Amino acid sequence: MDVKTVAAPIVQLEGVAKAYGSAVALSRLDLTVRTGEFFTLLGPSGSGKTTTLRLIAGFERPDTGRILLDGADVANLPPFERAVNTVFQDYALFPHLTLIENVAYGLRAKKMPKAQAHAEAEKALAAVKLAEYGTRKPAQLSGGQRQRVALARAMVNKPRVLLLDEPLGALDLKLRHQMQAELKRLQHETGITFIYVTHDQDEALSMSDRIAVFSHGKIEQVGTPFDLYERPASEFVADFVGSSNMLGRALLRPEKIRLLPENAAVAGINTARPGVVREATYLGAVTRYQVALDDGSELAVMEANTVPLSDHLRLGSGSRVLAVWPQAAAITISSTISNQGEVS
Amino acid sequence: MRSKVIIWTVVAAIFGFLFTPVIIILVYAFSAAPIPAWPLHGFAVHWFADTWNDDEVRAALLLSVEVAVLATVMAILLGTLAALAVVKMRSASREVVSFIAVLPIALPGILTGMALASYFASWGMNLSYWTIVAGHATFCTVIVYNNVVARLRRMPRSLTEASADLGADAFRTFRLVQLPMMGSAIGAGALLAFALSFDEVIVTTFTAGAQNTLPLWIFGAIRLGQKLPEVNVVVFAIIIFTAVPVLLAQRLIGDSGRVAR
Repeated sequence: MDVKTVAAPIVQLEGVAKAYGSAVALSRLDLTVRTGEFFTLLGPSGSGKTTTLRLIAGFERPDTGRILLDGADVANLPPFERAVNTVFQDYALFPHLTLIENVAYGLRAKKMPKAQAHAEAEKALAAVKLAEYGTRKPAQLSGGQRQRVALARAMVNKPRVLLLDEPLGALDLKLRHQMQAELKRLQHETGITFIYVTHDQDEALSMSDRIAVFSHGKIEQVGTPFDLYERPASEFVADFVGSSNMLGRALLRPEKIRLLPENAAVAGINTARPGVVREATYLGAVTRYQVALDDGSELAVMEANTVPLSDHLRLGSGSRVLAVWPQAAAITISSTISNQGEVS
Repeated sequence: MRSKVIIWTVVAAIFGFLFTPVIIILVYAFSAAPIPAWPLHGFAVHWFADTWNDDEVRAALLLSVEVAVLATVMAILLGTLAALAVVKMRSASREVVSFIAVLPIALPGILTGMALASYFASWGMNLSYWTIVAGHATFCTVIVYNNVVARLRRMPRSLTEASADLGADAFRTFRLVQLPMMGSAIGAGALLAFALSFDEVIVTTFTAGAQNTLPLWIFGAIRLGQKLPEVNVVVFAIIIFTAVPVLLAQRLIGDSGRVAR
């Protein structure tokens, strides 16, 4: 694909397991993150993605397995001896310190002289558009501003890897989208490897070079957003990344289905099933239909609102339709294959 | 409207019940008569000078202050360290240890006092200045511990993790993050501990040798019916000595509540 796929590994987890008492958080995990990647750990809460991040940061020690950073095993090093930095979900800014002191904290810990550290911190604050706020305390900032300070405080140390634990979780939607773009820009400009934890599949798809999908302490699949969406390795991935229809063992994405008049002629490369519209929901850019097929199965259908709509939708509840999709659009999933290896 | 009147009447009655005796003592301190009696016979301030010049009272005051300061210093060290250790523990052992840690204040003072006295005796130690300090430190430590633990529990764990993540070892994290954030809680705990030690009677009775702290001196004077005007003056002083630290402590706790958020 592009240069990144051949870049050297920077973080490797080999057979890493972690349990809290009898609760297994991770069971023998293998994972490789390459230099310069925007790598996302995606999964529902309790799936092990945050535990994985905390193991890489050093806040937790694995029960078994190795954690390699630049080829060296760091599994038993404390956090302050690892060249990684973390952006915390609650930002974890020091409330008693000014923003400058917060951002300079890591540099000062590495014995940089105060004047130089503060100059660097000012530059880092300017990079996140908070240049004038240096003398304020975190309590005087909005959530979005705190988020940017947390980012500056981590990135000013030029870590080998930046770990981000649901950093946008507390922001409203508009701000989230701004920060997503901002994060991508920062990652691109600095070339720092990002490992990003989120439960938001849209965020994962839009930002990541590669994504690892977690479920119950295991990785279901590692791949590019394209791989996960178009070639999900398991029903879990198909369902968690985007929405999907399961027809037996075949996966069918809702936007690949067209709804035609019941008597329309259909070319042979297509599959066609008659049914009736149960529900039509207008969502702005798209309309979502719930269709009950005559064979008893249910289909979710997404239709882009490309033609100007009059004051009513094209199809209403009760309309008879022919649901049509290219045969190639229905992907067979063999859930026994768990594609954890490299993506070609 | 009527319910408001009732509420305020009840509040006034409760406060009256609690504070009238205190106010009466404060007023007696200015009575000219050598024996407290109502109504007052004349106004006098000379009891203050007399009390100040009484060597027994002076010695007792000095001892009380010294014991309170030393017990508070011990309490700061032990209470803070205990709090830091307990918040790090996992839930089961934490419950046990924090129960043991607050036990001294839950136990009746007479038990603590007796236990300490017989313990000191069994080691052949004479009751002295230091046995009083040790006795007071038992409950003072709990006060500091409780304040600091409450603060640490409200402090997100991510703060110490962030410090470590940014390259600070445990000592640097303690110095630059935990200590500044605990500071006012330690201060509040210390002030309360000081106030508590300053007017403690029961444990002191069992752990003091020939020495008299101020409360012990009062106790003795009242029992013997001697120097009653001076007692009034001393009580006056004790109220000031204990009320001020308590008020300061409340301010500290209130302030830091805002900071911690």
